[in-house]
Amino acid sequence: MQRVVLLLAAALLMTAQSASAQTLKTVKERGTLICGVSQGLPGFSNPDDKGNWTGLDVDLCRAIAAAIFNDPSKVKFTGLSAKDRFTALQSGEIDVLSRNSTWTLSRDSSLGLNFAGVNYYDGQGFMVRKALKVNSALELNGASVCTQTGTTTELNLADYFRAHKMKYEVTAFATADETVKAYDSGRCDVFTTDVSQLYSEKLKLANQNDHVILPEIISKEPLGPVVRHGDDQWFDIVKWTLFAMLNAEELGISKSTLDEAMKSEKPDVRRFVGTEGNYGEQLGLTKDWAARIVRHVGNYGESFERNVGTGSRLGIARGLNNLWNNGGIQYAPPIR
Amino acid sequence: MSVAYLRRAMAEPEPPPVASHGVWARTRERLFSGPFNIALTVVSAIVIAAVAIPLLRFLVIDAVWDGASRVDCLTETVGRPVGACWPFIGAKFTQLVYGFYPWGQHWRVDLTFVLGAVLLVPLLIPRVPWKLANAILFFGVYPIVAFYLLVGGRFGLDHVETRSWGGLLVTLVVAGTGIVVSLPLGILLALGRRSQMPIVHSLSVVFIEFWRGVPLITILFFSSYMLPLFLPGTWTLDALLRVLIGTALFASAYMAEVVRAGLQAIPRGQIEAGQAIGLGYWRIMGLIVMPQALRLVIPGIVNTFIGLFKDTTLVLIVAIFDFLGQMRAAFADPNWATPNTLFTGFAFAGIVYFLFCFGMSRYSLFVERWLKRGR
Repeated sequence: MQRVVLLLAAALLMTAQSASAQTLKTVKERGTLICGVSQGLPGFSNPDDKGNWTGLDVDLCRAIAAAIFNDPSKVKFTGLSAKDRFTALQSGEIDVLSRNSTWTLSRDSSLGLNFAGVNYYDGQGFMVRKALKVNSALELNGASVCTQTGTTTELNLADYFRAHKMKYEVTAFATADETVKAYDSGRCDVFTTDVSQLYSEKLKLANQNDHVILPEIISKEPLGPVVRHGDDQWFDIVKWTLFAMLNAEELGISKSTLDEAMKSEKPDVRRFVGTEGNYGEQLGLTKDWAARIVRHVGNYGESFERNVGTGSRLGIARGLNNLWNNGGIQYAPPIR
Repeated sequence: MSVAYLRRAMAEPEPPPVASHGVWARTRERLFSGPFNIALTVVSAIVIAAVAIPLLRFLVIDAVWDGASRVDCLTETVGRPVGACWPFIGAKFTQLVYGFYPWGQHWRVDLTFVLGAVLLVPLLIPRVPWKLANAILFFGVYPIVAFYLLVGGRFGLDHVETRSWGGLLVTLVVAGTGIVVSLPLGILLALGRRSQMPIVHSLSVVFIEFWRGVPLITILFFSSYMLPLFLPGTWTLDALLRVLIGTALFASAYMAEVVRAGLQAIPRGQIEAGQAIGLGYWRIMGLIVMPQALRLVIPGIVNTFIGLFKDTTLVLIVAIFDFLGQMRAAFADPNWATPNTLFTGFAFAGIVYFLFCFGMSRYSLFVERWLKRGR
């Protein structure tokens, strides 16, 4: 009996493996990419008034679709909760997960997933009232802090204050919305969560100009797209789609300058847009794969500014997410 | 002997004392008839005022009615304390009704709604004739028509994946399917559970206890993510269909127990009387037992329906955006994030759900009264 069960399990696994080892083929046959996003996270993935998904994470999915189909609209989005996002990826419901998921060792290994890079370096930060005249998190000794229960936020907070020998008083709430309301009504001096969220929650405060986000970032939250184990080609495609967006910014290729770039004589630009070499074909795509991404979605900087940066309601500064040669840590390997 | 005084005309009736009729007397009688009642009235009035006045201020008086983005709903722009931000609902209304259903195809959803209403309303009004034909149209033909209208792919209609459905459409489809499937299936299960046949009996018991013993969230999660792992590779079931089956079976198990309660209230003598005049099992059940049993458990049935309608909000956890899920997604739009967006959205959702549930509840009261006329 046990033998039978084991055999069955092995058979199931094998079918699952062989099915997942050809994601690109499946996607091409289906004619659309299925992309897992959040159920609504400002600036990263949220539906606009017309019901179109927009955001930084959404743009990555559109870029993958642009690279494969030369059409950024050939994506279907599935809004996943934090609980079911990895299950949905493992079970094959989605082809790629682009849902502000933090890259950690246990997720990368034991969950059977691969993180294909980092499209947003997030980290925990602090928001305070301007009236407190605090300029640094190190001046927060004795402060009362509002935070959400049961998240790593609480642990990071404890570590940070202990390491700097500061006292604090924590008031924790079950949901993000409660936490914001409590902070807004003055129940605590400080509100802490991931910086990207601080910016979006700031929009919900009664007088958003009375608040300031402190420069310190006390934790590492690298967010990036995720694929299943067992399909290296697909892993490469997702990874290099992100790298292509970063490289485009570094090379100065944007939506508006793409036409010039296509005629460029510079070797690195020629390799990027596919007028030289067959780099796209090595990925299983076409020569102009990277040019398609820029034409339909734009480079990383454009996508950042449009969705979360100064061109959006959120107004998040580039910071760590600037390119490596601009003071940030976004760095993509070269295309050659 | 003469009578000293004989009244010849009837005395004019005096009007009743002021204290016993009219609005004032009724108020006094009901609200201020003793120290305890006076205290109770005063306390209630304070509570009502404390709730109703701020609510009215928020929803109507201080509310913003026009605007194009979050800026129009901010205190600093409007220059006074603001309440509900109704333009937010206006901007998201299409999404709340149709979800991500493609623009330009919305008429298909509208037509489905209208057809449903046109067939359902006469079915609900007892006086309207041709009940049988109407029922066949609504329960037999309408689901097929609605399926082809909404899914498409035939008759020149574009195929629309259920993945793009959402909003009120999904809420109504899930609740509607659940309601329409659970009643007949529940009746069969209840009969099965009371059956003398051991296999039918034990299967029904196992089915009912299994589905009642597992939380709906678990069922949804299992059917959405675990089931595909067990099915052979080429076999795929539509995500929404999986959820529909899950909720319908779940509701059926509850319905079975409600119906069983009604069956138990019918004395055994009635069945025996039926047998004595030579009726078979199905005729006894259909003509004698069920009509009485169902009449008894109308409140329970409607209770299950209302519960099911509200349980549909759980489908969000398996990535299907029902009305409330679509609302939550709308909250994430930075273009509309204001201090009051959340309250506005939930207030609107509350009103919508209340209208549906209150409607069902009122209709069930009407049916109960209508059925009691004969007694």
